[in-house]
Amino acid sequence: MVHQYKNNGFNIVLDVNSGMVHVVDDLAYDIIEMYEEHETDEIIAVMLEKYSKPEYQKLINTEDYPDASTKDDLEILLEQIHEVLSHVTQMKKDGSLFTKDIYENYIQDFKKRSTVVKALCLHIAHDCNLACQYCFAGKGEYNGDKSLMSYEVGKAALDFLIANSGKRHNLEVDFFGGEPLMNFQVVKDLVKYGREQEKLHNKKFRFTLTTNGILLDDEVMEFANKEISNVVLSIDGRKDVNDRMRPSRNGKGSYDIIIPKYQKLAEQREQNNYYVRGTFTHNNLDFAEDVKHLADLGFKQISVEPVVAPDEEEYAITKEDIPYIFEQYDNLAKFMIERRKEGKDFNFFHYMIDLSGGPCVAKRLSGCGSGTEYMAVTPWGDLYPCHQFVGNTDFLLGNVYDGVKNYELQEEFKQSNVYSKDKCKTCFAKFYCSGGCAANSYNTHGTINDAYDIGCELQRKRVECAIMLKAAEAEE
Amino acid sequence: MRHIKTLNTRNLKESMKTGGCGECQTSCQSACKTSCTVGNQSCEKK
Repeated sequence: MVHQYKNNGFNIVLDVNSGMVHVVDDLAYDIIEMYEEHETDEIIAVMLEKYSKPEYQKLINTEDYPDASTKDDLEILLEQIHEVLSHVTQMKKDGSLFTKDIYENYIQDFKKRSTVVKALCLHIAHDCNLACQYCFAGKGEYNGDKSLMSYEVGKAALDFLIANSGKRHNLEVDFFGGEPLMNFQVVKDLVKYGREQEKLHNKKFRFTLTTNGILLDDEVMEFANKEISNVVLSIDGRKDVNDRMRPSRNGKGSYDIIIPKYQKLAEQREQNNYYVRGTFTHNNLDFAEDVKHLADLGFKQISVEPVVAPDEEEYAITKEDIPYIFEQYDNLAKFMIERRKEGKDFNFFHYMIDLSGGPCVAKRLSGCGSGTEYMAVTPWGDLYPCHQFVGNTDFLLGNVYDGVKNYELQEEFKQSNVYSKDKCKTCFAKFYCSGGCAANSYNTHGTINDAYDIGCELQRKRVECAIMLKAAEAEE
Repeated sequence: MRHIKTLNTRNLKESMKTGGCGECQTSCQSACKTSCTVGNQSCEKK
């Protein structure tokens, strides 16, 4: 399977199943497009006809061509067509073009393995000091009552994680909410407990914190810089955009309160191991401007992501919004190239792609791990497959004291992967999204084994832009 | 090759031999929380 596209002047050929990326000229682009479905003679005839036309002739580079002066243009063209054909044939033989999908059985076997729990999302507070309009957590309370996690419940959660983590060394715990800093003492106490336990059990805890910044003060910053491996700082971008969707309970915007704090923390962390993380909605489809705004404020680690909301919400992203959003992603990618050339580069989370390293194919195809490797814990200790299912008791897995009890549900999550979703089988982006988000699928289709279609379209576009950025980088 | 330039890419097939150790980060733990992104994650064996 091959995915070909043109973006920002680059002709890109992605060999989907090997992950190999080729940047090609127009002639090679056209030949690759025909290669699998047409006979060689037919390809040659089509290329000769197209590239002998004056408007295409200039696309054939003869500058470094040997004996160019003694040959006529048609002769050179024919030789170049043969050169490309022979190269494409070799690439196919080498396994870097038109490679087959050989992973299905491998992934099914991989999914059957006995899994361990490696990450927990601790809902430290089902309460929030903001009232963000789009909050999937029902303004922090997950459609339930306000509640703070006690130290005892948090401690039992860490014990559950250690006990169910097998030989896995690195364990991840996210302090999430609501707003976790509304229960900061418990966060501190749990980190202290975790550090004691990691020595006893030969584990390493990596703590992360997701906060809206309102309660971020010097004490929290000092603690975070010492103990928290990644801090996610919520902000949507420009002041008017942020304050419209992220007001406080009394209706005032949060922008002016949080910006100086975020800048201070980002500097203290030497512009690493944090994200300023925003959400864009139907109300700010020109979100590239928000990313630029955050970059202009000096932030180097930026993530701005599409809202996931029920169709009936006025801020929900619609199918009609997609072409404009694509333009925004293109604009953003070009802006990042300019900034890189100026030595003022920054990372955009969804454009980060590691072609030469990156995750193994097992990781890429086996799904996000929700319900098996990753679970969310409510303030009172209930276990859910992930934070987005909290509040829907159909998805209650068990609790931190008795462990997982709903084995049938867990098995459903365990078996969910790229090959259990029809839409993913033929999608070129499946190696980059791992089959997408189970909660998004459930919210749009009522099953975790489908895919959220708008999300998929945006994901594909982001993968295209991310690869284009790599092509541009290789050229610089 | 003047017509085709291959970027420095890891062939995914190779990763079948050594991959699957499971030490890597879960996808939602990084920044997203509302999507699923794995292509940008790091391999712990690197």
